[in-house]
Amino acid sequence: MELMPEFDLHRPTAVEEAVKLCNETDGALYVAGGTDMIVNVRRGIEQPTALIDLSAVEELQQITEDADGLHIGAAVTLETVSNDVRVQKDFTAVAEAAAAVAGPTHQSYGTVGGNLCLDTRCLFYNQSEWWRKSNDYCLKKNGTICHVAPGGKRCFAAFSGDVAPAALIHNAEVDLVGPNGRRRVPLTDIYRNDGMNHLAIEPGELLAVLHLPKSEAGQPSTYEKARVRGSIDFPLAGAAVWIKQSSGKIDELRIALTAVNPYPHLIKGLEKFTGAVLDDAVLDEIAEIVQSQAKPMKTTTVKPWYRRRVVGSIARRLTKRLSEAS
Amino acid sequence: MKNFISMTLNGRSRDDAVPGNMLLVDFLRETVGMTGTKIGCDGGECGCCTVLIDGKPRHACLTLAASCDGTEVETIESLETGGRLSAIQRGFHEKLGAQCGFCTPGMVMAAEGLLRENANPNEDEIRQGMAANICRCTGYVKIIESVQAAAEEIASKEDAA
Repeated sequence: MELMPEFDLHRPTAVEEAVKLCNETDGALYVAGGTDMIVNVRRGIEQPTALIDLSAVEELQQITEDADGLHIGAAVTLETVSNDVRVQKDFTAVAEAAAAVAGPTHQSYGTVGGNLCLDTRCLFYNQSEWWRKSNDYCLKKNGTICHVAPGGKRCFAAFSGDVAPAALIHNAEVDLVGPNGRRRVPLTDIYRNDGMNHLAIEPGELLAVLHLPKSEAGQPSTYEKARVRGSIDFPLAGAAVWIKQSSGKIDELRIALTAVNPYPHLIKGLEKFTGAVLDDAVLDEIAEIVQSQAKPMKTTTVKPWYRRRVVGSIARRLTKRLSEAS
Repeated sequence: MKNFISMTLNGRSRDDAVPGNMLLVDFLRETVGMTGTKIGCDGGECGCCTVLIDGKPRHACLTLAASCDGTEVETIESLETGGRLSAIQRGFHEKLGAQCGFCTPGMVMAAEGLLRENANPNEDEIRQGMAANICRCTGYVKIIESVQAAAEEIASKEDAA
């Protein structure tokens, strides 16, 4: 890999100080664990003049609980989240998703905020500087052509975080802290369907807290992903499922996908299953709906048709398993 | 811009001025001269550069040295005592857990982190705990035997004590 580019490192100890530093420094970026950011810096994908290291900000390392729900600081590690009994019990999919990110070493210092804000990924983007240069770069960075869809003007790089779909099905919210203060928004609002610019977070804004609302706690939920190597890889396709049933019928079903769209996608049109009994025909229909809303492109070494098929299968299997267990 | 850092490295405290963009693995290998920590994939995929920071395994190739201010860093060099191998090192030596040896320092440090949390892991727990470390020679069978042998040795010593 290339030599490290020149940049300064700042280690603030408070959220406001971090936000101020980032907004006062042209070209500054936040870094927490660094499992994604440092790789991208080394590949020339990110070219910061300064990195604002969040590892010394104590407020971001805490999980608190109140009547409202669980509040997970953005710099809490994935390992801590996956081992937290409250998350395991009330927001099972989130704990499972955190435990599914890369490998155990990555989980021991990679953070929740980092996974939620993960850059989108593509075969033609996550490469070294010389690789991308020899390929005339790409639409997402320095280039004019998308090698995935050469005729188009859109970037199809896939969002590949594991925690986001799991948090989405639990109606999670996040705190964003910017120079003008703090705002709390639904998690779904921070993503958009654009691989080039998938985060609807203002430059310099910091994702500080993930809120998991108590009103959603305790319903069965689960997450599973397909990947090339079971030990460490990003998802080729992943699905999180949340279900509420009474007397054998569906009250509400939520499914969110990752790695098959440029943003973590909450499946639409599942209201029609309210009151339905989960038999094979209904499960098939659910898989069909999931597959039709997954739009994987040639962004990985694995073929899009496989990822579309597998994400439908995962969603079907998880729905069946949850309904039988609850 | 230089960052001034104080850390405990392998039990000895030290103060350094490091550039903000210096990676921990370069700091260890070039500044300190401890070349036991290996650079494999250089991008957090292979685990060869695994060290322990505050007792937790971490990739030295994705960690900035300046971020380690105030932490305790342990590398493969910390394990031997007076020239005698640690239980894990001996396990890898006797059970042939190392072939080409390049992944071994990272494997040993990952195993060290694992056994500190779970002194008696079963095979699944070893596979899961060391999943972030890749070996291209052994097929992992010998590595798992090495870690099991180390766990048994540590347990038998504790029984004797």
